[in-house]
Amino acid sequence: MLEIKNVHKSFDAHTEILKGIDLKINKGDVIAILGPSGSGKTTLLRCINYLERADSGTMIFDGEEYDMHAISKSSITRIRKKTAFVFQNYNLFLNKTVLQNVTLGLTSGRKMSRSDAKDAAMDALKRVGMADRIDAFPHQLSGGQQQRVAIARGLAANPEIIYFDEPTSALDPELIGEVLNVMRHLAEEGMTMLVVTHEMGFARNVSNYVLFMDDGKVIEQAPSKEFFSNPREERTRSFISSILKKGES
Amino acid sequence: MSERALQILQDAFPQLVEKFFTVTIPLTLMSFSLALIIAVIVAMIQYAHIKGLSFLCRVYIWIVRCTPLLVQLYLVFYGLPSIGIVLDAYPTAVLVFGINEGAYMAESMRGALEAVPSGQMEAGYCVSMTYLQTMWHVILPQAFRTAFPALSNSLISMVKGTSLASVITVTEMFRQAVVINGRVYESLALYTEVALIYLAFCSVLTLLQRWGEKKLSAYGGTR
Ligand SMILES: Nc1ncnc2c1ncn2[C@@H]1O[C@H](COP(=O)(O)OP(=O)(O)OP(=O)(O)O)[C@@H](O)[C@H]1O
Ligand SMILES: [Mg+2]
Repeated sequence: MLEIKNVHKSFDAHTEILKGIDLKINKGDVIAILGPSGSGKTTLLRCINYLERADSGTMIFDGEEYDMHAISKSSITRIRKKTAFVFQNYNLFLNKTVLQNVTLGLTSGRKMSRSDAKDAAMDALKRVGMADRIDAFPHQLSGGQQQRVAIARGLAANPEIIYFDEPTSALDPELIGEVLNVMRHLAEEGMTMLVVTHEMGFARNVSNYVLFMDDGKVIEQAPSKEFFSNPREERTRSFISSILKKGES
Repeated sequence: MSERALQILQDAFPQLVEKFFTVTIPLTLMSFSLALIIAVIVAMIQYAHIKGLSFLCRVYIWIVRCTPLLVQLYLVFYGLPSIGIVLDAYPTAVLVFGINEGAYMAESMRGALEAVPSGQMEAGYCVSMTYLQTMWHVILPQAFRTAFPALSNSLISMVKGTSLASVITVTEMFRQAVVINGRVYESLALYTEVALIYLAFCSVLTLLQRWGEKKLSAYGGTR
């Protein structure tokens, strides 16, 4: 469904942040991207959704091939219509209610009628358990609720894939569960997801594939079970044990 | 106060109020609308870093802010005719007030636009909205809220500023008072009366500003 090849990205001439990333996602895959801070995970997701322009790389999306550096605006729009992005800090529209947050992209970006948009929005809000707060503004919600609305905003457009950039790492510990639950349900329903996360439980139990990044490169990729039970690379092993240690303390 | 002065004030009042509502307020509204349009466009150009245009906008703001309004009025009304550009007094006033205040308001708007978190635009992109759609529905409304006190300030200062139009022969309220005073020589009383009318109206605007700020705070504290 989505494949990227040899993605390079640097912000200045001296330091390359992404040093040739390859990644292949099939329909229904839930891929977790793990890696230490600064390894380029966010940059990778942003390049995949063209919030950042890669220096070079190839993308194959639904059978069509694109040059990730020279891609046209209209192609970006076409690809974005099939994707959703969930940010670490939610980025809900601050001047819009919960319902408006979900419908705005549908009515203005996708030219859907108001009533269709509202139906799609209510449907999505029900799926994340936020249908009872449609008139609230973002600042009236907890972080977990905001993130669930942000997920509904992405879901409402019926995307083929959803990208998550550390969706729970800005949340208080007691709010992480509600967001992970929503994501687990989506995974069970067969949604294709690419998730940057530090949640080892999610990576191990929900995702079917894990990709470990360090220093702008993919160090190891494997089915989740295998990745955790039998990591091949030394760097992967030390990363896993350091994370597990953090979890215990 | 003498009986004569009281009588003069009484006679002058309807004339002053008439000029206030038929000239001062329309002049303010037209100038302010022009200023607002200029401000939004100039601020958006700078926010978007559009190359040549951004530079022109900076030059505009620089020149307008660094020359006196009075001089600008004289230049356009008395100066431009010598190179063949002749404008009536009233349009001159609208144009000069609009262009002048527009520069200050553009700076308020630019600051307010830049204060909107960058994630708002990115979120718009990610739900398939274009730059302009996100600008219109998300960024500008938030920027307006931030800039609202500064814009209100500009409006109030413009109401008073229109009195300067008297020097280019626009008979707004203040000039009307000057004309009456030329006949009756009652400066203290008359100019006090004019001041009180400005004070009353600007007080109403101040209350409206408070009310507007409360309305706009529906979506939370400042961010
Ligand atoms: N806009 C930018 N300009 C310059 N450098 C940047 C920019 N964005 C990211 N970087 C740099 O790129 C490197 C990778 O950043 P990135 O955010 O992709 O890492 P990450 O793996 O997501 O880390 P974290 O786990 O902390 O979120 C960092 O060294 C960061 O400083
Ligand atoms: Mg990151």
